[in-house]
Amino acid sequence: MPDQLFGAMLQSIVDGAPDKAAELARQALAEGVDPLEAVNCGFAVGITFAGDQFGCGQMFLPDLLASAEAMKAAISVLEPEMLKRGSQREALGKVVLGTARGDIHDIGKNLVATILSASGFQIFDLGTSVTPEQFVAKTKEVDADIVGVSALLTTTMAGQKAVIEALDRNGLRPRVKAIIGGAAVTSKWAAEIGADGYSRNAIDALELAKSLMSKTTAHA
Amino acid sequence: MRPRIQLLSPELIERILREAFELLMNPGVRVGSAVVEQLQSAGVEVHDGVARIHESLVRQCLASVPRDFYLYNRQGEKAVHYGGDDVHFDPGSCCVQMLDPETLEARSSETRDLVRIVQVAEALPQFAAQSTAVVCTDAVAGNDKEAAPSAIGDLYRLFVVLQHSDKPIVTGSFSAAGLQGMIDLLAADSGSPEKLRQQPRAVFDVCPSPPLNWSEFGSHNLLDLARAGAPAEIVSMPLAGGTAPVTLAGSVTQHAAETLAGITLHQLAGPGSPIVWGGAPAIFDMRTGGAPMGAVETAMLNMACAEVGKHLGLPTHGYLVATDSKFVDAQAGAESARSAMLGALTGINMISGAGMIESLACFSVEKLVIDAESIASAQRLVRGIEVGGETLATAMFAQTGLSGEFLKLKETRALFRQEQHIPSPVIDRSARGSELPSDIFKRARTRVDELVSKYRKPTLPEDVLRKFQAIVAREADRARMAAR
Repeated sequence: MPDQLFGAMLQSIVDGAPDKAAELARQALAEGVDPLEAVNCGFAVGITFAGDQFGCGQMFLPDLLASAEAMKAAISVLEPEMLKRGSQREALGKVVLGTARGDIHDIGKNLVATILSASGFQIFDLGTSVTPEQFVAKTKEVDADIVGVSALLTTTMAGQKAVIEALDRNGLRPRVKAIIGGAAVTSKWAAEIGADGYSRNAIDALELAKSLMSKTTAHA
Repeated sequence: MRPRIQLLSPELIERILREAFELLMNPGVRVGSAVVEQLQSAGVEVHDGVARIHESLVRQCLASVPRDFYLYNRQGEKAVHYGGDDVHFDPGSCCVQMLDPETLEARSSETRDLVRIVQVAEALPQFAAQSTAVVCTDAVAGNDKEAAPSAIGDLYRLFVVLQHSDKPIVTGSFSAAGLQGMIDLLAADSGSPEKLRQQPRAVFDVCPSPPLNWSEFGSHNLLDLARAGAPAEIVSMPLAGGTAPVTLAGSVTQHAAETLAGITLHQLAGPGSPIVWGGAPAIFDMRTGGAPMGAVETAMLNMACAEVGKHLGLPTHGYLVATDSKFVDAQAGAESARSAMLGALTGINMISGAGMIESLACFSVEKLVIDAESIASAQRLVRGIEVGGETLATAMFAQTGLSGEFLKLKETRALFRQEQHIPSPVIDRSARGSELPSDIFKRARTRVDELVSKYRKPTLPEDVLRKFQAIVAREADRARMAAR
């Protein structure tokens, strides 16, 4: 029976159906399925599948966002029970996100937050026009693994450099990884300002974050 | 008859405006603190930075917008007519990357790139105006103490263009503080602030942030431009499906609401100050999250937004002739030529974007000369089919009979230059085996080199140059002080 249930869970995520996902989560709890197993064998498989489908051009951003919403709905049903059992889903890593100082464009940053969060990262979203000091303070406060700075405008890209410099000044790197993104950002710019990585889109950002975490763990 | 294309029916435009006015009341528009007092004294309710602007006030402000105005060249001649169905083109603006024609890689744009773009555009009649096309990363690097601080990158670009061009300029400022220096620079060039007001040389792009947000910077900019009487060009850029409704009609409605709000802020501060109904709307790419400037839907958005502006009797602007390709290839040609035609057929007064590749991230001066050919074709197209003489054909047949010797006719010699656009050698019409390189990019490189080698820098009076330098030095000091 669980196999069928897991299959339905996967499908609810791929379909981007939050109501269905929540209903399946409640059903799992009622049937005594381990909530962590429901995530790992059901819903999370759906998110990975959706990511792959996006990667090969079969799914699009609105589909992916709907999948992330469905994931959120399922997790919010399962979370209290996981907490009770002490079987909290282990976060893949802690990520502080925000747009560079002076930049109020947050669509890309929000996409990254949604995708990373749905995939198991813990996200601390500082919102728009974030100062380097705010990035540093939050990074220290939550003991973040990764800091992501988004800038759409060519004029605010300098803000990404300022954040990296502030992280360096505070001795937070190389332990904390700094990643950047935004329409005008290039790998060359990332290299120029000493970022640990950059990605063109939210799905690549997920891969980037995962690979940086594996490096972090390897170093630790 | 001037050929034209119309996407929206008058009924649909009225509906778009009706909903746009509704949006201005609910949810309202975010505005910067600089304009709150002025809005409140006009009776607008502003709560938590959100203004609810009533249609009656907007209509009142629309009534004071000049229906048309001119930009002047350095010689004081009318060079760009914003109004009616007149169509002009200028190069795209504000790239940070330049396509290196040797390596075909994108690299940071520098002063020498801006100069080269200006030199090429100066020689091409297809471009009625220059633009501050690229950011000069060399001059505004920041770390270098000798360099101008990046905060005056906007002023610096204008400084470079003014030294190298006599044409009108489409520009914009990067910060509220930067605008005054740019206006001072233009006034120094014109001779006096009063002369600049009478014969404006430049138009300033000013952008709301989608959706429905006139940021501190944008609000401030509108206010300062209105007070200075310098022509403003609103560049609203909804991304359909991303930062705006996914339907093209919905995005056009958002564009209208943002632009109407901008016009209201602007006209309240300076009634009668010139302002353009402009934009850079695009669809939102559902794979990359980018703004595909070469998409036909992006062109449709630009056309429809301009149609709404024309319906209101306002001067218009759009962002076309750009491509999403990273190279100057068939995709670049197809996308750019297509949108040049569509923009011209819509009668958009100023069409920015030529020379741009990679969805506005990168500039190619080789593409600029290729785009100039597409633009010339578009300009030819909108001239339409003219009747060249008393009769269409019979008078000429009366001379040739059935001999077919039209090439000898004086009419042929007199009229062929106006009947046909004669392309530059960028366009290959030669027989196979000719000396022309078969690759358009190579031909474009040759053309760029030729235009640059023939270029002559305008001679500016010594005192004007000194004034320029003093303004740049003053603004650099101000920016360094502000950065401390």
